[in-house]
Amino acid sequence: MTRTLRILGTVLLALLVWQAVVTVFALPRFILPGPHLVFGTLWTSRALIAEHAWVTVTEVLLGLGLGAALGFASAIVMAASPVARSLLRPMLVFSQAVPVFALAPILTLWLGYGLWSKVAMALLIIYFPVTSAFFDALMRTPTGWLELARVIGARPARILWHIRVPAALPGFASGLRLAAVYAPIGAIIGEWVGASRGLGYLMLLANGRAKIDLMFAALIVLAVLTLLLHAAIDAACRRMWES
Amino acid sequence: MSAAPALRLSGRATAGGAPVFGPLSLEVRAGEWTCLLGPSGVGKSTILRLLSGLGGDVAFDGVAAADDGAPLAGRVALMAQSDLLMPWLDAVANVTLGARLRGEAGRRDRATGLLGRVGLAAHAHKRPHALSGGQRQRVALARTLMEDRPVVLLDEPFSALDARSRALMQDLAAGLLGGRTVLHVTHDAAEAARLGQNVLLMTRAGITSETPPAGPVPRPFDAPETLAFQGHLQRQLMEVE
Ligand SMILES: Nc1ncnc2c1ncn2[C@@H]1O[C@H](COP(=O)(O)OP(=O)(O)OP(=O)(O)O)[C@@H](O)[C@H]1O
Ligand SMILES: [Mg+2]
Repeated sequence: MTRTLRILGTVLLALLVWQAVVTVFALPRFILPGPHLVFGTLWTSRALIAEHAWVTVTEVLLGLGLGAALGFASAIVMAASPVARSLLRPMLVFSQAVPVFALAPILTLWLGYGLWSKVAMALLIIYFPVTSAFFDALMRTPTGWLELARVIGARPARILWHIRVPAALPGFASGLRLAAVYAPIGAIIGEWVGASRGLGYLMLLANGRAKIDLMFAALIVLAVLTLLLHAAIDAACRRMWES
Repeated sequence: MSAAPALRLSGRATAGGAPVFGPLSLEVRAGEWTCLLGPSGVGKSTILRLLSGLGGDVAFDGVAAADDGAPLAGRVALMAQSDLLMPWLDAVANVTLGARLRGEAGRRDRATGLLGRVGLAAHAHKRPHALSGGQRQRVALARTLMEDRPVVLLDEPFSALDARSRALMQDLAAGLLGGRTVLHVTHDAAEAARLGQNVLLMTRAGITSETPPAGPVPRPFDAPETLAFQGHLQRQLMEVE
């Protein structure tokens, strides 16, 4: 309860500062509209925004699901096999050296203007954090447990699945939490580069038509959706660890 | 269970160039319960680890083997000084861990039975974070007893228990492990006096063997011979250094 109050307080303070800036500097509405105007637009354009938000949410969830699955599998393969590790690790690091932003036009070229180029962007942007967080955790199993397994006569594949993977799940979870914040960035960049639907597209469109209030409304929805996604993943990870 | 072999360890151990122990030599008799008593940091856990085939950061120059010539690997159950329970498994699943890691059938009924005998029937489905230190140690004991191995190495297995459950667990372990080669590391002179068919005293100077009272183990904790032997061991410990 106090937590809800604290969050409400923070939101209220932000809105007050926002309104104060607009009033004190007498900013015109096409530079920075006040919160009143933005929330008005959010309400009147709710159908439009919801339609585009749904597209972005789909892209983000697909990218997140596929990226998490791929990251989970890659990390396990790398942990299980030294050969795979020596091959994949440099590739993983190199993939980080190429800014995902720079890939957006190429992905649009390859996968088209539709859903999948944005899913691919979200996937690419989260693949590294998920894989490396999980892989690092898989390589840091407490030695006591590994020694116990050795004396007990365990098979390596079973040590991996019954000890190293469960012990590394908190690492996977922290990768996922990061991914929840990164995946929307990937999807939005994809939409900026070429799309006819989605919140990123709507923001560009509104910007082009000097509907800054609509742009801010879309931005707020995006931020709230990202926060909700982060909270949902956080809760899911907690549940996973509990059971 | 195959025949319980005698164990022999002789040599010296170093860690990062600094001596851990030795040179020393000890023998653990086949099918008997041997207590290894000594002050903290003298190298008792290291000896158990070496007999389990775990070097870690310790370099060992010598032999640690069974006297029947066959390798020890696969014949040893080790209860380490920390309980090493898996936090994501409940007590029963922790006790059946060995079977699961080897890909054998679980034998949950036996695990539940053992948990009952260590006094944890009501806690069988709790996970380690919901157990007290002494309860966790008893789960680890049950996991070790579950392993049907001819050589059993126990590293301070009862250290977290109250006096009453400690005596009960000593009786239980002595009963279930009869006929196996047991090496039991302890700080506690009373424990060694009760359980040891052989008692080895380990100091920086090396290992000496103390002669326990005749008769079967576990000895009654309040019998005059047990108490006299306990006093004798305590006296030896006090005279170290
Ligand atoms: N991995 C290691 N690296 C460096 N030193 C070590 C290592 N393992 C053990 N030692 C040293 O070896 C000595 C003996 O350690 P060991 O754990 O065998 O003692 P112990 O007799 O079991 O003590 P306690 O009764 O306190 O458990 C200690 O001085 C310790 O610092
Ligand atoms: Mg020790």
